[in-house]
Amino acid sequence: MTPFRLWVYLQTTPLFWLTATLAAFLAADALAKAAGRRPIVNNVLISIALLGGLLKLTGTDYQTYFNGAQFVHFLLGPATVALGVPIYTNFALVKRNVWPLAAALFVGAIVAIASAVLVAKGLGAPRPVLIALAPKSITAGVAMAVTETLGGAPPLTAVLVIATGVLGAIIVTPLMNALGVTDYAARGFAVGLASHGIGTARAFAVDPVAGVFAGLAMGLNAVVTPAVIPVLLPWLIG
Amino acid sequence: MIRGFFILLGFQLIGEVGARGLALPAPGPVIGLALLVIALSLYRRWRPFDQEALAASDLGQAARGLLAALPLLFVPAGVGVVQYLGLLREQGLALAVALVVSTVATLLATVGVFLLVKRLSDAKADA
Repeated sequence: MTPFRLWVYLQTTPLFWLTATLAAFLAADALAKAAGRRPIVNNVLISIALLGGLLKLTGTDYQTYFNGAQFVHFLLGPATVALGVPIYTNFALVKRNVWPLAAALFVGAIVAIASAVLVAKGLGAPRPVLIALAPKSITAGVAMAVTETLGGAPPLTAVLVIATGVLGAIIVTPLMNALGVTDYAARGFAVGLASHGIGTARAFAVDPVAGVFAGLAMGLNAVVTPAVIPVLLPWLIG
Repeated sequence: MIRGFFILLGFQLIGEVGARGLALPAPGPVIGLALLVIALSLYRRWRPFDQEALAASDLGQAARGLLAALPLLFVPAGVGVVQYLGLLREQGLALAVALVVSTVATLLATVGVFLLVKRLSDAKADA
């Protein structure tokens, strides 16, 4: 088989891009580990950069890539359900914090939507971009569904959701340390609310209690934000 | 391990069916998560277990394995950015500023309200 035909064959099976996704993540995670898990060396961000570069280099379109990578993507569903196990294990702690949690949830959800939309609007972003931006703090699948209902572009929302996740994961530790916040329930809840699963993954890497509250915030915000956006958005973008 | 994955997928399936069938506002996996927490507390009343038993169970192992891989699971969706390089060249600055400002504002508002209400409710409990 010539190298060209071999390459054509590899494009037709999920194997190549699935393997490439795992390879990119292992390399990125090794880098993050070598950097002492410093927040700025984010494993998700580096993986995306490596794979994006590889797609450009080989002239592969995203759909071909996703045909392989979809098997990894699919596991987001059962992984969300799996958050139920640590949440259940820490349920006593959750119950003790039910009021702070409820208040922070509603204020945080509204700030997340309003601040993003107003800043982007002020900088001249067009209406379809503002719609795609509004649900950026919630988990990708739900955010895309919200955008679709409002007539925006769901794939753009996915990109903004991931970017928000990576940003929150990078910002949260230095920000909370600078503020002197030592309550890991509060820290975790904030990053899960602002930055969904990527924030939650970061929280689990820092502290197990932070991880539990981040997972909780992510789950609750996936319910609150889709309910708030249809009310808030017309008022924000007119 | 197989049983653990079966339980997780089973709850996701029930969640998806419930979300679509009853037109609930929450996404399927989130309903699956809530049902799993409820099911675990009901099961414990029937057959008591401790945290270590849960962690060592098929479900505990499958959940731990998946959650350890959580960052990886966001990579395929994130690579979708390659489809929007043109838009990012035009709107990139506005979007970057909006995302950074909003992420910091959201973290501050959430952690601030959480700590404030916690202090208020603790003070009330002590009084």
